[in-house]
Amino acid sequence: MSRVRIPPPLRDVTDGLQEVDAQGGTVGDILDDLVSRFPGLDGQLRHANVYVDGEDIRVLDDLETSVAPDSTVILLPAMAGGF
Amino acid sequence: MATYRELLEQVREQIDEIGVSEAASRLEAADPPLVVDVRERHEWDEGRLPEAVHIPRGSLESRIERAAPDRSAPILVYCGSGTRSAFAAKTLEDLGYESVSNLDGGIAEWKRNGFPVVVSESLSPAQRTRYSRHLLIPEVGEEGQLRLLESRVLLVGAGGLGSPAALYLAAAGVGTLGIVDDDAVDATNLQRQIVHSTDRLGEPKVESAKRTIEALNPDVTVRAFRERLTSENVDRIFDEGWDVIVDGADNFPTRYLVNDASVWHGIPVVHGSIFRFEGQVTVLEPGEGPCYRCIFPQPPPPELAPSCAEGGVLGVLPGIIGSLQANEALKTALGIGDRLVGRLLLFDALAPSFTEVVLRKDPQCPVCGESPTITEYVDYVEFCQRAGAHA
Repeated sequence: MSRVRIPPPLRDVTDGLQEVDAQGGTVGDILDDLVSRFPGLDGQLRHANVYVDGEDIRVLDDLETSVAPDSTVILLPAMAGGF
Repeated sequence: MATYRELLEQVREQIDEIGVSEAASRLEAADPPLVVDVRERHEWDEGRLPEAVHIPRGSLESRIERAAPDRSAPILVYCGSGTRSAFAAKTLEDLGYESVSNLDGGIAEWKRNGFPVVVSESLSPAQRTRYSRHLLIPEVGEEGQLRLLESRVLLVGAGGLGSPAALYLAAAGVGTLGIVDDDAVDATNLQRQIVHSTDRLGEPKVESAKRTIEALNPDVTVRAFRERLTSENVDRIFDEGWDVIVDGADNFPTRYLVNDASVWHGIPVVHGSIFRFEGQVTVLEPGEGPCYRCIFPQPPPPELAPSCAEGGVLGVLPGIIGSLQANEALKTALGIGDRLVGRLLLFDALAPSFTEVVLRKDPQCPVCGESPTITEYVDYVEFCQRAGAHA
């Protein structure tokens, strides 16, 4: 199980959870597992950047990036708020 | 027992002395010496050699190592006429400095031969008191404080993030603060926008911020732009010689506009954003790190990007994130420390925790990449609507 950090705008569909555990050996598997448990995430996750242990998966293997059981996955959408 | 004159003669025999013409040509060379002025403060204030650092004779031994850590690098010392600096040169040699020269005839001879002298600004007695806690920090000191007083920071937005940033930058003595905002102070702002107050309700935010800042620190000049930043006015506003921009906007079109304009104007942006209990901070330094489009090529759809007006924000959160932005802006202005270039700092007020992720420059970036496809301002509202995000 890897830890996945849920960004604030998506917590309404994760029962308010800030962090959830997810199954899978790759980022793609992890995201699929998340969507199967929280169907409200379907279609939303592609708008968030994904970081595995602090590194952007776009410079790793994208959805094929392997995720170790002790890895932390961060989902990060852009936020505009400043006021 | 040697007399003063005999001692001076002895010292002069042991050190290297060069004339003003030789000194001038060494200063023009590719690898110029460190120039050290060993006179007293009032003499330094009246004029000095260009690029000189000020280390009074009495503090030479204790302060030279910070200014000149490499003992093999060349040093040129001078004073008024070349005698005090002759002793200083001898001291430096005794400390192990291998290439020390004394300016024969001192700054008097330098001036007589028509070489340039810089009259440095100095702090007034009131400023020395006001900024005393900065002056005590070696990384800031008088030189850094003068730098802050000459620096220019542009704040986009006088709201949640802009409020603490403006207050701390003003208190720190940033000489010119520009503020762009077309809003008026509203009762719902006062839970977090601390540059405004209850008696300012209905007042333009730039005017309210200007009054607060000027009351806090009369050294600060406020340039108020009571307008919304747009493709039409951004060049006029960004062209005013800003050293750094603090982005505290509240919508995606302005975020992308600030990004594109700052890349084209070559101005670093301290980016901050907030939502409920979480904030993000990074520094977008053109040419050095990624730009906003490298990180977020497209704005997210509305359901993923509610504004603070829709989703709410803990009042203290912009205080924390805006202060972190002020910290990055001050380091940028002072040229000290490590900045959040290529790093995004995430703050969670509930945990509470700071997390960092690495941000990479995208070689395919349409604005700052190798073959840019966006080279002029676009319709940013339309761009964000097309991508699905609202203003």
